[in-house]
Parts: sequence; structure tokens; C-alpha cells
Amino acid sequence: MELLYFGDKGWGDELFFATLMTIAVSVTAMIIGFIFAALFTPLKLSNNKFLNSIGNAYTTVIRGVPELLVIYLFFFGGSGAIMFVASIFGYNDYIEINAFLTGSFSIGIISGAYSTEVFRGALQSIDKGQFEAAKVLGFNKYIYFFKIILPQMLRLAIPNLSNVWQITLKDTSLISVTGLVEIMRQSYIAAGSTRDPLFFYSFAAVLYLMLTFLSMQLLNRLETKYSKGY
Amino acid sequence: MDIELMISSFPKLLNATLITLKLLSVSLILGLFIGLGFAILRMNNNKLINKFAYGYSYIFRGTPLLVQIFIIYFGLGQIEYLRTTFLWVVLKEPYWCAIIAFSLNTGAYTSEILRSAFQTIKLGYLEAGRSLGIPSKIIFTKIQIPIAIKQSLPAYGNEIILMLKGTSLASTVTLMDLTGVAKYIISTTFKPVEVFIVAGGIYLFMTFIIHNVIKYLEKKYGFQT
Repeated sequence: MELLYFGDKGWGDELFFATLMTIAVSVTAMIIGFIFAALFTPLKLSNNKFLNSIGNAYTTVIRGVPELLVIYLFFFGGSGAIMFVASIFGYNDYIEINAFLTGSFSIGIISGAYSTEVFRGALQSIDKGQFEAAKVLGFNKYIYFFKIILPQMLRLAIPNLSNVWQITLKDTSLISVTGLVEIMRQSYIAAGSTRDPLFFYSFAAVLYLMLTFLSMQLLNRLETKYSKGY
Repeated sequence: MDIELMISSFPKLLNATLITLKLLSVSLILGLFIGLGFAILRMNNNKLINKFAYGYSYIFRGTPLLVQIFIIYFGLGQIEYLRTTFLWVVLKEPYWCAIIAFSLNTGAYTSEILRSAFQTIKLGYLEAGRSLGIPSKIIFTKIQIPIAIKQSLPAYGNEIILMLKGTSLASTVTLMDLTGVAKYIISTTFKPVEVFIVAGGIYLFMTFIIHNVIKYLEKKYGFQT
């Protein structure tokens, strides 16, 4: 237990901040994922064959390739790509991107592919009459989407989105390979310097279990809130 | 785009695919037995046994696979007693550690899939079996298990694909599987995009095959309930 003391003697404060980092990366990745989902869900539902195939390619490739490979692509390729763009504008120095950004971006792209599928499924299972009624009543586009379609979609999407959140949270452990100090990386460092890997990795497992448990409690509340009236 | 590198790295990556497939098949077979065992425990009426099986699947589904591998590979070696037993022969090999972690992980997911399949079997089938005087052991092996397998095929297909992606974590414990070799080539040549296309293509090809085999099996053994 001494190993968990806060301050210089133990690893308590380090692990606490690492847990906050894991939460920060997961939330950022989830938000980036929503942005990707907002872009690709319309493509997947589009009647245009070309746009449709772009949407399908995104979800198929990302969901069919291991997360670790995607992370390596962005970790090794990210700064190269940005340096290439910068060199067009005449900037030739070495640019290193922040591990937090690479990490959340690569996990975000992965979580976006799952979110896209969830939103597509939710939109498709809304009764067609709802779309038609909203159009017939002459609502403008803002009310049509935000007041009529979105609330119904969220109700159907939230249970599946909580699964996506769980996947995203667990995937963040993989960005420890890029050196970002989150739970996994901090446990690796602590295990290396104290030679007590069993304790620290088990403690990491407990931290992850706590995070999944607490977030499930919150999400279940959200679920009941949005399914009011049904 | 460096086409030459893509062609020259292809055989190396294909060779590493063999290890990926070996890890996948061994852990799926072991995981199926573990999953079946825990699914049966989950349906037990004894509360303690039931809680134990639920706890197992909750812990393995609630923590990242990476943590599980690290605990088994780096953590278990720390216990002095284990080093003196026969188990140490197995646990000092990263290959077997990866397989133990993968099997336990996929076993947890499989037990949930099988449990829900068993629970959705119509009571009428069991009652029909009982009223015909069939012993309950035979009802279980000849009626419940075949129906459960059919009903769990789609979900199990997803689990196989998730596990295929999961085997990439073997590269973190020094195994040179497809992802491990891909990472090695990327870090020596600094051409991530080319290697990603080839390695990702191999993974996609494998998911494509698994997806279609499961689809075929679903059609062949599928039935309306």
C-alpha cells in the first residue's frame, strides 16, 4: 500500500493524474469521433453511389484493421504529413506533434467509425412518417433536424453509444505505445522503477474497472432521461 | 508512394500473418471451451457460482486487453512460487502468455454470447424433450447446444473479428506477429503509409473471409424460430 502514497514516496498522485489523462483522452477522442460520425453518417445514407462508397470504405477499413496499426500510422506518419504540408508553405523545420493530439485523433477516428454505424442504425429505425410529417408541416431545416429528428435519434443511439464509449475508453490504453502518460504508461513506468509489475498492472485494471463502472452508471441515467415518455 | 517497399515487405508481412493466425485459432478454440464452461456456470442456480462467473466476465470485459496481457506476462513472473512449478515453463514464453490472455479475454465475451443464446431458447423445446422422456444430459447436448450455436453465430462472428484485431497486441510482448513486423518495418524505413496499406490490406482480407464464412454458416445452419 505504501506504493500508492501521494507525494514523493509513492505513486498515488502520478496514477491519479494518469487517470485524469485517460479520461481527457477518451472524452476528446469521443468528441472527435462524433465529428467524424457527423461527416460520414450522411455519406453512408446518401443515394449517390460514390459518396456512399466513401462512407462505407471509412467504416469497413477502420473496423477491420487493428487499432494498434492505426495508432502506428498516425504516430509515425502524423508529423511527416504535417511537415509535408508545412514545406509547401516554405517551413522546413522539424515539427513534432503533441502525443495527446496524435493519440486522441487516432482513437477518435476509430471511435468515429463505430459511432457512424450507431447513428446510421438509429436514423434508419426512425419511423418514416416522422420525416414526412415534419416536412409537410413546413418546419424550417433547423427545427426539422434539431427538434424532431435528433431527439428521436438520440433515444435510439444512446444505449449503443455507451458501448462505443466503453470501447473508446479501453482503446486509450493502446496509446501508451506513443509515450503519452496515461494509466497504462504510468503503470509501466512505476512497474519498471519499483520492480513490482504485478501490483501496478493489477491496480491499473482496477482503475479501468472503476472508470467503466462509473461511466456505465452515468450513461444508464442518461438513457432513462432520454427515453422519458416511451 | 514507394511501390518497391510495398512489394518487398509483402512476403515478410505474409510470413508474420502465420503467427497471427496461429494465435487467433489457438485462443479461439481455448476461449470457446472457457466460454462454454462459464456460460454453464452462469445458468447455475447457486448464487455464489453465478456471481463468480459474472465477476469473471465483468472483469475481463471491463479492462483493456493490454492490461490483461501485461499482468500475465510481466506480473505473474514476479510470484516466486510460480517460478518453481511446472507452470513457469509456460509462463516464461511470451507466446503462451499471449495465448492465455487472449483465451481468457475471448472466453469472457463468448460466455456472454452463449449465455444469451441459451436463455433465448424457447421453453417449448425443453418441455417437448422432457415429455418425450429424454434424459436431461441428452437434452443439453443434443438440443440446447446445437440451437445455442446457431443462435450465437452472428455475435460470435463479430467476436472472431474483434479477436483477430486483438491479436495485434501480441506485438507489445515482443512477438513478431503481423502488427509487430509492420511496426518494425515502419520504424526502420519511416514509410508508415505504404506499410499500413499492405498490412491493413492483409487484415481486411482476413476479416472479409471470416465475415463471409460466418455468413455462409448462418445461411446453411440458420433456421426460423
